[in-house]
Amino acid sequence: MIAKKAVVIDHLTKTFDDATALADLNVEIKAGELFGLLGPNGAGKTTTINILCGLQEPTSGSVRICGFDVGNGTRKVKELIGVCPQEPALYSYLTGRENVELFGSLYSVPKDRMRKNIDALIEKIGLTEDANRRVSKYSGGMQRRINLAVALVHDPDIVFLDEPTAAMDPQSRHAVWDVIRDLNRQGKTIILTTHYMEEAEQLCDRVGIIDHGELVALDSPAQLKAQYCEETLEDVFIQLTGKRIREEPK
Amino acid sequence: MNFPRVSSLTKKEQKKLLREPAALFLIILFPIALTLAFGVSFGAVGGTSATTYQVGVINADVSPNHSWSQHFVANLAASQILKVTMYTDEAAAHADLAQGKIQALIVIPANFGISCDSFAAAPSDATRWIATSIPLYCDSGSMFATQAIPPLLEQALATTLSGAHTAAVALPVQIESPSLVQATERSAFDYMVPGIFAYAVIFLTMTVAQSFTVDREKGLLRRIGITPTTPTEFMTSQSVANMGIAVVQVALVFAVAFAVGFRPNAAVPGLVLAFGIVAIFALCNVGFGLITATVAKSPGSATGIAFLFILPQMFLGTFVAAASSGVQAAAKFVPSYYVTDALTSLLLRGAPVTSPLVLKDIAVVVGFSFVALVVGVVLFRRYGNA
Repeated sequence: MIAKKAVVIDHLTKTFDDATALADLNVEIKAGELFGLLGPNGAGKTTTINILCGLQEPTSGSVRICGFDVGNGTRKVKELIGVCPQEPALYSYLTGRENVELFGSLYSVPKDRMRKNIDALIEKIGLTEDANRRVSKYSGGMQRRINLAVALVHDPDIVFLDEPTAAMDPQSRHAVWDVIRDLNRQGKTIILTTHYMEEAEQLCDRVGIIDHGELVALDSPAQLKAQYCEETLEDVFIQLTGKRIREEPK
Repeated sequence: MNFPRVSSLTKKEQKKLLREPAALFLIILFPIALTLAFGVSFGAVGGTSATTYQVGVINADVSPNHSWSQHFVANLAASQILKVTMYTDEAAAHADLAQGKIQALIVIPANFGISCDSFAAAPSDATRWIATSIPLYCDSGSMFATQAIPPLLEQALATTLSGAHTAAVALPVQIESPSLVQATERSAFDYMVPGIFAYAVIFLTMTVAQSFTVDREKGLLRRIGITPTTPTEFMTSQSVANMGIAVVQVALVFAVAFAVGFRPNAAVPGLVLAFGIVAIFALCNVGFGLITATVAKSPGSATGIAFLFILPQMFLGTFVAAASSGVQAAAKFVPSYYVTDALTSLLLRGAPVTSPLVLKDIAVVVGFSFVALVVGVVLFRRYGNA
C-alpha cells in the first residue's frame, strides 16, 4: 500500500558552480495523481527528475518517494519508480521484446509475471507484430513506444515520463496517451514533463510550471486558466514564462 | 549480489558480440583470419618441411672452460630450424648479415664460460652469478626471423645450462630449465601462437571503450543506474562477459592454430591454466577500456585513444614484438609481455603449471589486471559516467 503522498519535494535546491538550476522547490504530489511538470528549455525540469530518480544529489533540501528518502533509501525508491527518458535509451542490437525483458530482469520480477506484463505492454503499445525485430530496425515512433514499455515492465507505483510523445505522429501520440490514462486508472502516480500544453491540459490533474529553477504556478489546468484569465494552458504558460526563445547549449 | 541480474547483463553483452558486425569482426573473425594467414605462411601446412634460418656464430669465449660455449653451439646446430655458420672474422659476419646471407648473428661473449661456471657452482644463489649477455643481430628486413630466432636461442641456452640444474628458477640467461621442447619439432608459426593469443585479447580494450561510450551517449548507463542494479553488479557482468569472450576468442584461435599445424607441448592442466591466464588478462583490458571511455568524449575518439593501450601491448608483448634490447627492456612494463611469456612456457616449453616462472608471470598479470580494473572503475564512475 503506497502512502497518500507519493512524492514530497521539500525546499529542494540544486546549484552547478555559480548557476542555480533549482531554487527552493516545494511540491507535494498525491498518490494516484497525474502531475505535469512544465517549463521552458533549461527551466530545471530534467534536474528535478534526475534528483527524484536518485541520479543527482540535491545541494540542499530533500525528496521523499512513498515515504522513502531518495538520498538514503535510493535502492527502495528505485524499485518503486519507472522512468521513461526523453530520448529512447535502448540496446539497438536487441529486439524490442529483449530490451523490455532485460530491464524487467533488472527489477527481479518473477518470470511468469514478467512475461504477462511484457505481452500486455507490447499489445498496448501496438508492437505485437514487431516485438521480435531488432530495435535498430524500428522507426523513431516505435522506439519511443518500446522506450515507454521498458519504463513500465516492472509495474512501478510511480512513473516519470519525460516528454514521452515528443516527435510522435498523432496516431502514436494517442496510443501513448491511452497507455498513460490506463496507468492513471490503475492508481499509478505519474509525473509527466511535456512541451505540448494540449497534452498537459488533456491528461494532467495538476501542473507545476517552473522557470529559472523556481515554481511559478501550481494548480489544475482549469484553475490556472481561470486564475490567469486565459483560454488555454499554453497562454498561461506564455504569460508566466514570457515569449523569449530559450535554447539549451549542448 | 543479485546473480540473475548479472546473468541478464552478461547475456546482453554476448548477444552484442554476435549481432554487431564490427565487434564480431574485431574480436572473433580478425584473430582467426590472422592465425590462419600466419599458420599457412609459417606453419607446417601442406607438408612437414620446417622453415629454416641461417644464424652466424662468433665464438669469442676466452674462458678457461670452453666446453660451455661448445655445448651451446652444438645445441644450436642440433636444431633443424637454425643452420649455424661459424665465423672468426666479425666484419665478414656482419657483411654476410647485411647481404642477407644469414638472418641473424650472435657473438658468444668472452666470459661466457665463466658465467656458466658461476651458475653451475651456485645454481640457487643468483648473487654469486656472473651475468653476461650475448649480442644478437637480426636481419631487420625479416620480421619473422626476429620473432622466431630469439626463442630458439634462449632454448639452446637453456638446454646448455639446464642439463645439470633442472630445478633452477632463473639463470644468468633467464631461461627456466624444465621440460624444454626440441626445436626440431617447431615451426616459426609455433613460436608466434602464444603471442597471437595475447594479441587477440588486447583488442578488448577497444570494444569495451566503444561499448561504454556508446551506452553513455545513448543514455543506457543512466537508465541502468535508475534500476536497482548496483555498480558492482554491473561491473561484474562486464567482467564476466569479457572474460568469457576472451576465452572463446582464444579457443577459436587455438582451434585454427591446431588445424594449421600447431601442437602445444602441454597437458590438460597447462591448457586450462593458459586459458585462465587469458581470462585474467581480459580483465586488464576491461580496465584499460574503462580508462579510455573515461577520457573519450565519443565512440570515435574512444577508438583512437584505445590504441594508446593497444599499440604498446602489441609491439612490446605479442608475436609482433621487436627484438632489440631496448624494446625488450620496455616490454617488462606491459602486461601482454607476461601473458605471452607464460603461454610460451606452458604451451611450447612444456613448463608445469607449478613452474615458478609461470607463477611469477601470472602474479604480474593478476597485479596489472587488478590495478587496471580498479583504476578504470574508479575513474569511470567519478569522471566518465556523466
